[in-house]
Amino acid sequence: MAQTPQQVMEQVVFERIHFPKLFTALLNKGYQIIGPVLKDGAIIYDPLNSADDLPIGYIDEQDGGVYRLKKQKEQSLFGYVVGPHAWKKFLFPSALRLWSAKRSDKGFSITAEEAVSPKFAFIGVRSCDIHAIAIQDKVFTAGQYTDASYQSRRADTFILAVNCGRSGGTCFCTSMHTGPTATFGFDLAVTEIIEGNAHYFLTEAGSELGAEILREIPTRIARKKEMETAGSLLQATADNMKRRLDTTDIKDLLYHNSEHPRWDDVAARCLTCANCTMVCPTCFCTTVEDVTDLTGEHAERWRKWDSCFTRDFSYIHSGSVRSSAKSRYRQWMTHKLASWIDQFGTSGCVGCGRCITWCPVGIDITEEVRAIRESTTSIGKSTVPG
Amino acid sequence: MIPSPFVVRRIQKETYDTFTIEIEPADGPRDFPFAAGQFNMLYVFGVGEVPISLSGNPGSAEHTIRAVGTVTHALAKLKRGDVLGIRGPYGTSWPLEEAAGKDVLIISGGIGLAPLRPVLYQLFSQRKKYGKITLLYGAKTSKDILYRRELEKWGTRFNIDVKVTIDKVSEDWQGNVGVVTTLIPQTPLAPSRTITMICGPEVMMRFTIAELQKTGMGDTSVFISMERNMKCGIGLCGHCQCGPLFMCKDGPIFRYDRIKDIFGKKEL
Repeated sequence: MAQTPQQVMEQVVFERIHFPKLFTALLNKGYQIIGPVLKDGAIIYDPLNSADDLPIGYIDEQDGGVYRLKKQKEQSLFGYVVGPHAWKKFLFPSALRLWSAKRSDKGFSITAEEAVSPKFAFIGVRSCDIHAIAIQDKVFTAGQYTDASYQSRRADTFILAVNCGRSGGTCFCTSMHTGPTATFGFDLAVTEIIEGNAHYFLTEAGSELGAEILREIPTRIARKKEMETAGSLLQATADNMKRRLDTTDIKDLLYHNSEHPRWDDVAARCLTCANCTMVCPTCFCTTVEDVTDLTGEHAERWRKWDSCFTRDFSYIHSGSVRSSAKSRYRQWMTHKLASWIDQFGTSGCVGCGRCITWCPVGIDITEEVRAIRESTTSIGKSTVPG
Repeated sequence: MIPSPFVVRRIQKETYDTFTIEIEPADGPRDFPFAAGQFNMLYVFGVGEVPISLSGNPGSAEHTIRAVGTVTHALAKLKRGDVLGIRGPYGTSWPLEEAAGKDVLIISGGIGLAPLRPVLYQLFSQRKKYGKITLLYGAKTSKDILYRRELEKWGTRFNIDVKVTIDKVSEDWQGNVGVVTTLIPQTPLAPSRTITMICGPEVMMRFTIAELQKTGMGDTSVFISMERNMKCGIGLCGHCQCGPLFMCKDGPIFRYDRIKDIFGKKEL
């Protein structure tokens, strides 16, 4: 697991033709390989059989409420950025049986769901998503109570990070200090470079396990020029990022503006469809469903992803605490950017842009923050825009 | 996250829609340790789970429940000997230690008396440790008054000042009429040496605090119990958030100054 302190390791290069050897090395170690694949017109994360399953030659065009794939001549393996899926779907499944119960003479007996400890190898994890996984690690394993199922799924995760050679249309990781270059939390990190006929991966090991895997592939020490090429490519990704979110004093900004008229404005556009919470790589809310079979002899409890955008989410016997769209959008955004900091010591946003792309009406979290900030003369004093 | 099987030992009808259920571990009776103010998650086979405050003496797992939803109605149908699932106890507790040597003012509305009953039991068991004890209790109608016989007994046997009021006048009632806040001005208080514990609907707690502030009661002497939707009870499901706080693990009991900034904010 990629949690050891970062060691300074030599950067090496392996050629594109040797990429499949990575798969062989991981499979030999018993890993189940998960990575980006093309499905239903989007790039999602699913099990991979070979490197050929990757969406080779595809890039994505993203904007508020817009996602399009484009095939290009360049046969890049990782030319796209992030799609609608996040890695949480493997570490924190959208539906999970917690236990089963059977009626007996003396009432009923409960059997806990057996812990699953898959060895996932995640291929193509972007820096923003490494931060998202680290955030969920905190949420599920660092508090007073821990989530055993997350812990057992996460324990043996191998992470191959891909530094972003291109920024997506809705990315703002530079604002959240979460990318575009992976700096921790990986076993291997690669930068894919295509120059003329050359196609190679500048690679860094982030753990002993990563170094071990790397020894199974023909590599050579990186040349200075190759490192410079990668450096300027990643710099260009950061420089070209179109969206920005100013995080200065953001907690106070949002806490002090809980009655800002902008919440009414966004509520008029928000469909409370919950898409943003489903695609968000850090959103962790769940509900439980208790079910029985037709005989009534057998019951189960399932945990399912839930969203603060539904009215039921805050229901207590006298009604829903957050019955208006305004209060639900405010809850989500304030939690993500402000109260998350109080709860977990970190922002809940990694700047991946998924909530912007997959919002059916293109609501842009960076724009919503800007609107509040620009109409507020100083933190703590909410002024109503004229 | 796995409920433990408990057996229903005793069911006591409290009002037309409220009952107290005492349970014990299915593998044999033993103490159920908890701190006054904490709650359990109660599971009815195949129906679902609800958070319910413990309402009895420390060591006994009693819950006073109003049948208002699917699970609480199913709980109402349980009989002695039936099995249910329990997770808990969870959450923070009332400030009994802090109240030692001081006067104690308890203000509750409706079923909000239930999470405070363990406080009263513990105050009574060490009556000399505390100064003046006052209980102000408001119910909707005379038919909604909880623990009616106990209320009468407490006043006489344990030297506490009990005042009960109902919102709606009725023929069978000769006592106070009006919301519970109306009892505050008629109650002699020493705000500087009083610890106040409040439990009831949020609107009732809001007006109660406003009334207490008029007496000069400080925010650090007031404790309230909050209610939100809860699924897990351990701060992982996200449902019970109110601002940065998780009601299930940071609460349900809060010292008022620590929740003041978010308390009463509409739809937070």
